[in-house]
Amino acid sequence: MYNKGTIIPGLILFVLFVTFPIWANGLMTAGDLPKPELPPGGEKQCVMPAEYMRANHMQLLNEWRDNVLRDGNREILEIGGKKYPKGLQMACLQCHSEKEKFCDSCHTYAAVEPYCWDCHLTPKEAGSKEAIH
Amino acid sequence: MDKQRRKFLKIAGASVVAGIGAPAVIKLTSTPALASGHGTPPAHGEAPAHGHGSSEEEAPKGVRLGMVIDLRKLHAQPELMDNAIEACIEAHNIPQLSEEKIKQEVKWIWKMPFNNVFTDYSAYHVSKKVTEHPAVALCNHCDDPPCVRACPTQATFKSKVNGIVGMDFHRCIGCRFCMAACPYGARSFNWQDPRPYIKKYNPDFPSRMKGVVEKCNFCGERLALGKEPACVEACGGSGAIVFGDLNDPKSELRAILDKEFTIQRKPTLGTKPSVFYIV
Repeated sequence: MYNKGTIIPGLILFVLFVTFPIWANGLMTAGDLPKPELPPGGEKQCVMPAEYMRANHMQLLNEWRDNVLRDGNREILEIGGKKYPKGLQMACLQCHSEKEKFCDSCHTYAAVEPYCWDCHLTPKEAGSKEAIH
Repeated sequence: MDKQRRKFLKIAGASVVAGIGAPAVIKLTSTPALASGHGTPPAHGEAPAHGHGSSEEEAPKGVRLGMVIDLRKLHAQPELMDNAIEACIEAHNIPQLSEEKIKQEVKWIWKMPFNNVFTDYSAYHVSKKVTEHPAVALCNHCDDPPCVRACPTQATFKSKVNGIVGMDFHRCIGCRFCMAACPYGARSFNWQDPRPYIKKYNPDFPSRMKGVVEKCNFCGERLALGKEPACVEACGGSGAIVFGDLNDPKSELRAILDKEFTIQRKPTLGTKPSVFYIV
């Protein structure tokens, strides 16, 4: 091969440069995994096991949404003696009352911006204007 | 060469004739079969063959929630109407826009002069009680809702369970076709983020976002908990607004409809409103 001395180091530099975002993030910044804060009330049980919820909470929420709105099935779930009306505000946020410390911790880490909060009220938001009920 | 071209033109000509003719032939021959095969009427009954809709009996299938509003009682106790409207606003986080933004107001149940509510009825030499007091209007939860037909995303739909014309705000793209389609003006558009204009939050109900259409949902979320709609509850035991199943012959609603003379808004349009008024 001609010009071996320049081509091979050049290729190595090129590969390092192209993969920069991967190894730079992997080695330097992505060290701290998010630690979502568990419910302040100390509830240990959820509608599904934690493993399932971690991976599939968004599908579950979509399913609930379609049940409640589209199919008119607003049946209240009873799991382990506790009642859960299907709904983000009515079920999830009752235990996970601090969205900023629970939902946001992972969503910010993963750079996802779910549009739930455009309409759904967090307990903090709802408390900001004198609640009825 | 000449021979081939001649042959080609023949085949091409025949293909064109067949292509144009075949669908027409198929259509002509298959129409009677189609008609006999799919002749069953839709669930809630076809448009009546005679008359103008409202006077026709409709095939009672499933639950069809409806309402009777007794304007006599609302006129006798004007505070009931205000209470009902206020209860709805509090239950559904409805923004209250200031006077200069009144064109962008959001309303689920609201007051209007009788003439504007009942545009079909002559207001010439009409009784004073009708002209001196406002009437109340809300979504009619039509049996044949034009807004549902207009919605391109099926964000608004008629529930198969109870006949409520519901909204899935998640799906609304804010095209406002439904607002153009609704003959009752029952739909409002959020021209801005409604949250700064909401006076009190109900933590059990969401707000809406900018660019979404909203309207009365017959308090579907309250019905699920075994409660009456907020406006009905606000009228207490006065009987000014009665809520129930139009298809249940034993319901209180039907008893009132059988006894009293009631009118609907714009019955001639054939939307079959589920909200009835006693004037």
